Formats: sequence, structure tokens, C-alpha cells
Amino acid sequence: MIVQALAFYLFAGIVLASGVMVISSKNPVHSVLFLILAFFNAAGLFVLLGAEFLAMLLVVVYVGAVAVLFLFVVMMLDINFVELRQGFLQYLPIGGLVGLILLIEVLAIVGAWHFAPEAAKAIQVAAPAVGSEITNTQALGLVLYTDYVYVFQAAGLILLVAMVGAIVLTHRRRPGVLSQRVPDQIARRAEESAKTVKVPTGGGI
Amino acid sequence: MVELWDVYIWPAAWIVIKILAIVVPLLVAVAYLTYAERKIIAMMHRRKGPNVVGPFGLLQPFADGLKLFLKETIIPTGANRGVFIIAPCLTFTLAMVAWAVIPFGEGMVLSDINVGLLYLMAISSLGVYGILMAGWASNSIYAFLGGLREAAQMVSYELAMGFIMVCVLLMAGSMNLTDIVMAQKDMWYVLPLFPLAVIFLICILAETARHPFDLPEGEAELVTGYNVEYSSMAFALFFLGEYANMIVMSGMLTTLFLGGWLPIMDVAPLNMIPGPVWFALKTSFVLFFFLWVRATFPRYRYDQVMRLGWKVFLPVTLAAVIIISGVLVATGNAPTIG
Amino acid sequence: MGFLATHAKAFFLTELVKGMSVSFKYMFKPTITLNYPYEKGPLSPRFRGEHCLRRYPNGEERCIACKLCEAACPAQAITIEVEPRDDGSRRTTRYDIDMTKCIFCGFCQEACPVDAVVEGPNFEYTTETREELFYDKDKLLSNGERWEVELAARIALDAPYR
Repeated sequence: MIVQALAFYLFAGIVLASGVMVISSKNPVHSVLFLILAFFNAAGLFVLLGAEFLAMLLVVVYVGAVAVLFLFVVMMLDINFVELRQGFLQYLPIGGLVGLILLIEVLAIVGAWHFAPEAAKAIQVAAPAVGSEITNTQALGLVLYTDYVYVFQAAGLILLVAMVGAIVLTHRRRPGVLSQRVPDQIARRAEESAKTVKVPTGGGI
Repeated sequence: MVELWDVYIWPAAWIVIKILAIVVPLLVAVAYLTYAERKIIAMMHRRKGPNVVGPFGLLQPFADGLKLFLKETIIPTGANRGVFIIAPCLTFTLAMVAWAVIPFGEGMVLSDINVGLLYLMAISSLGVYGILMAGWASNSIYAFLGGLREAAQMVSYELAMGFIMVCVLLMAGSMNLTDIVMAQKDMWYVLPLFPLAVIFLICILAETARHPFDLPEGEAELVTGYNVEYSSMAFALFFLGEYANMIVMSGMLTTLFLGGWLPIMDVAPLNMIPGPVWFALKTSFVLFFFLWVRATFPRYRYDQVMRLGWKVFLPVTLAAVIIISGVLVATGNAPTIG
Repeated sequence: MGFLATHAKAFFLTELVKGMSVSFKYMFKPTITLNYPYEKGPLSPRFRGEHCLRRYPNGEERCIACKLCEAACPAQAITIEVEPRDDGSRRTTRYDIDMTKCIFCGFCQEACPVDAVVEGPNFEYTTETREELFYDKDKLLSNGERWEVELAARIALDAPYR
């Protein structure tokens, strides 16, 4: 048990520390890298909870795809750090407000958990008992495609709409752009494109 | 005291021994992969290849390693020091870490976890960071462009790879790699899923940024891409990482499509050979393909690489997932729960 | 070629497979390169390599310090200083060739009326420092002594064509 406890404190400590570094580091690229570290250690916490499927998904989706895009954007921005620091205090009230709301929400959840532990059971689907034959991948699948299938499909549709929307907004047909048609190029034969001509001396073609 | 030894120290030491038993042969394999690459490509070009250091040049990889080890590590003035140093370590570590779940034989696997396939997917998707970080931290335009290219390429081809993995997953009904290999006892998946195996092979070429998809390196336009500013051991770590990644990907292909450690046929002389030997043979075959392709094809253009990934492989593999699951359900072979 | 055939060809990657079979076939053909430090290709008698200053068989140096080579040199790699020797003959006190400037055009050996400066068959004279490539008279004369047999043979072979 000591090992688990040590691992928990290690992961949790790194998550918190890197969370602090995300908002406090001067260089935005460092911020994103710390964010990735936080994701990664959160995945470690999931593994400790026995939710290895969620842990791997967290790494694949957030670290492997979402954070790469963050990093892409942040790396390509040309940021003037001095200017960035100047408006810092100006955003403090609104930032503080958002932080306060989040804090109240977290307190509400923790409070509900503390005062009425049975409340959470109302919405939670029975998790498979530890040590049962069913793996947590299968357990998640069973819940996702039966009880929550409509919600799941709706989430998928929302993402699809978002994707189509993004494409519609950015895609425009520009006239006069030359593009390559690979099949046409491959299908082209020497006989169709070139012919041998016997040119008389001084005659030209 | 005895309890401390039995419960903590001995198991930990045993794990370390197992890790060493994987990593040390792997590093030797990486060293000889570079030798094999130079020798095989030389043969295909009708050249001789390295033949001076040791008999047939067999000690060449060690000479190269020693040379790199003795060189000076240069950190550019404008570089972002911390990130610059972490990047090669990350690349190398990730290439090693992936081996934790790949089974070499019956029960011969460091960690037999339930989500082995996802773990491999996660590790290979993390590979982007070492390169992106190196490209950015070098504070060089060439390195940065190389890093961006590699990142975009890896993210694109990961999708197709993921869908192919889903197809294998549907056939085997498990994400545990040992189970996937055992499910191929009667027939390797390369036979029913041949087109997907070919696409997977092309995807791992792109994923490891090997020829003909080595645009991130692009000597002609980007010098050598993300590792321009690296020298000495830092460069060696990138180099080892790249080749170790090739071996990981080949091992993955072997496990998913070529029946892992299983012999070609379960008959007397063939099944006498131990599993790890079969695994090594099949992996070497895939690695030979890597080198063979390198000796044969010219480099793709970057927009063509992206076109192939997004407009060809993604729809094809997505269709394959639907078709295969449909066929499995229709024939009643769909995996059932536990 | 019909639509179907073209697409079948693209779909089954026939052209890629063809290309790979070619490179596989070539793997088993014998190598055609020389194993360089141990095997070397033939050199023409007119090959222009490292410079040498030759001597007559009696040991007298051939160079008469006419400075034609210095004047002919397009890269201005040759520097010559002259003083009469004790016996009254005209000799060089300094004969330097800057091998880092030299373009190996061979004008110096063409210009030489007594075949003193010649470009020999040696092309393996790399050095570890730049300074070692600034050849002086001693270096050039010692080159001449080392390569004399071959230099004489090369000049004799080339003589019918001049």
C-alpha cells in the first residue's frame, strides 16, 4: 500500500505543481509543456484508480492530439513578452471572478459528497466490482452503448457539426488556382503526349 | 528485514533485470540496424558499404557510437536550454518504453496489461513531442520547419493507424497484445486483412518519418530538419530513438498482423524454434522492408504526403472498420463480452 | 489502356512493386565500386596531382628561376625569389606553392622550359592543418626525389604527343 500512496502523492504533486507552472511561467510554450505534464500525471492518477482505459484515452486524445495543436499554435505565435505582462493587472478582476466561480462549484461538489454521500449514487451506474472478470474497457462500453447511447450519439453529432462548421467557414473556392490531379498524371501515356515528327532540313514544323 | 527484501526489493530488482533483458538486446539491435541499413542499401546500389572496421565492417556501429560519444555537446546560444536537453531524452525514452507491452513469446512480456494496444497508440502519439520540442528549442528556422512537418505528419498518419488497430481489435476481441497473438493461432491477420496490413506498413513508414516520407529530414531543403542543431550524445539519442522506433513499429506490425511469436506452421521442425526467435525473424523481415523501400523510392512531396494520409488512408480505413464490423456481426463472429 | 486497367494498376500498386523488384534483383549483382584505399583506378600519364620540383640525374636542381611558372599561374599560387648562387648560376632562394590556392590547371608545368616543376600522380596528400599545405622549396624538392621514377616515366610516355 505504501507504494500506491507514494505513487499517488508523486502524481498528484506533479499535477498541482505543473498546474501552477502553466499559469505562472513566462513563456507560453513552457505553459503548454507543463499542461502536457499535468495531463500525463492525471493519466497516472487514473491508472492508480484502476481506470487504465480512461488513462490511455487521456494520453491519446489530450496529450497526443489536442495538446499538439495547442503547441503548434503557441509555437507559431510571435509573442512580445513585455507587452504581454503589461496588461496583467487589468485582467485580474475578471480572472479572479472566473476562479471564484470555479472554487464555489468545486466546494459545492465536495460539500454534496461530504453531506450526502448517497446522492452521487443516484446518477452513477454500478461499476464492476474490483477483481471481477469484466475489464473496465468492457464496462465503459456496456454503459456507453446502452444507458447513455443517445447522449453519446448526440455528443458525436455535436462534434460532427463543429467539424463541418469549421470546414465551411475556412473553405472557399478560389478561382485560378492550379491543382494537381494525380490520377490524370498517372493515366497519361507516352503515346498520347508525344509524337515523333520527321522534320525536313530548314523546313521547321 | 526479510519482509522488506521479499516484498519490495526483490520484485523491484527482478523488474529491473527484466527491463535490462529487453533494453540491452534492443540497443544492440539498433546498432546493427544502422549497419544493416548501410550494408543492404549498398548492396542494392551495387556498392560495398562499410567494410573496414572489423571483419566485414561489423564493428562499424560501435566505432560510430564512440565517435559521437567523444564529440562535444554544443548548445546554441539562442536555444531554450531546458527544452533543448529534454527533447532527445524524451524521444529516446519513449522509443524504449513502448517495448513494455510487446510480447516476445508465450508469457514473455514485461507488463501484460489489458489495454496494450491503446498503450502503444499512446506512446507513439507522444513521440511527436520530442521532435516538436527539439524543433522549437533549437531556435533555428530549419529545425522548426522540420519539427512542424514531422508533427503534422505523425498526427495525420496516427488516425489511419488507429483505425487499422480498431479493425484488428474487432477481429481479436481484445486489446491485450498476447490475446491478439493467440487469436492468430489458426490464421495470421495478414491474410484476411491484407490491404490493411499494407496500409499499416505504409503508415509506419510515415510515422517513423522514413523514406519515402522523410520530409521532416529533407536534406535538400531543411538540412536535416529538427536535429540540425544537435551534436554528440544529444544527436546520438535522436538517432537511437529513430531506429528504436522503427523496431517498435515493426514489432507492432508483427504482433498485429504476422502472428507475433507464432511459427509459420504448427508442425514439428518449425514449432521447435522458440517464440522469441520467430518474433525476431518476422520483425527483421519488416525492417528489411523499411530499408528496401528506402533504396527504391524517391521522396514524396509534402502536400502529397498529407493528401495520402487524409484523403486516401483515412476514408479507406474508416470504411474498413465499418465493413469488418458489419461482416463480423453478419457472420456471427463478433467478439462477445467476457 | 482502359479505365479499369488503369485503376486496377493504381490500386494494386503494380508500379511500386515493379520498382521494388528491380532493387531486389540488383541486391544480388556483384558490386561495381572499387575498395578505394586498397584498390585504385588507373591514372593517365597526364593526371595533374601534387607538385614536385625535379633534379637532374647528377643532383643539380633543374629550376633556373625564370619565373615563367609564377607568371603563368592563374591563381597566383606560386611565389619565387631569386639570387645568383656562388658559382654565378641563377637559382631560386624561395619557391613556394600555396596548395590551398592552386587549381591544378597545369599551366606551370606547361610553362617550364626545363621540366623542373611538374604535377605528379600523387593525389593523396591531405593534411591536418592548413599550414602544411603551404609548400616550400624543400618540400617540393623532396616530393621530386620521392616521385622521380614515375615522373620521368610519365614525361616519356607523354612525349610523343607534344
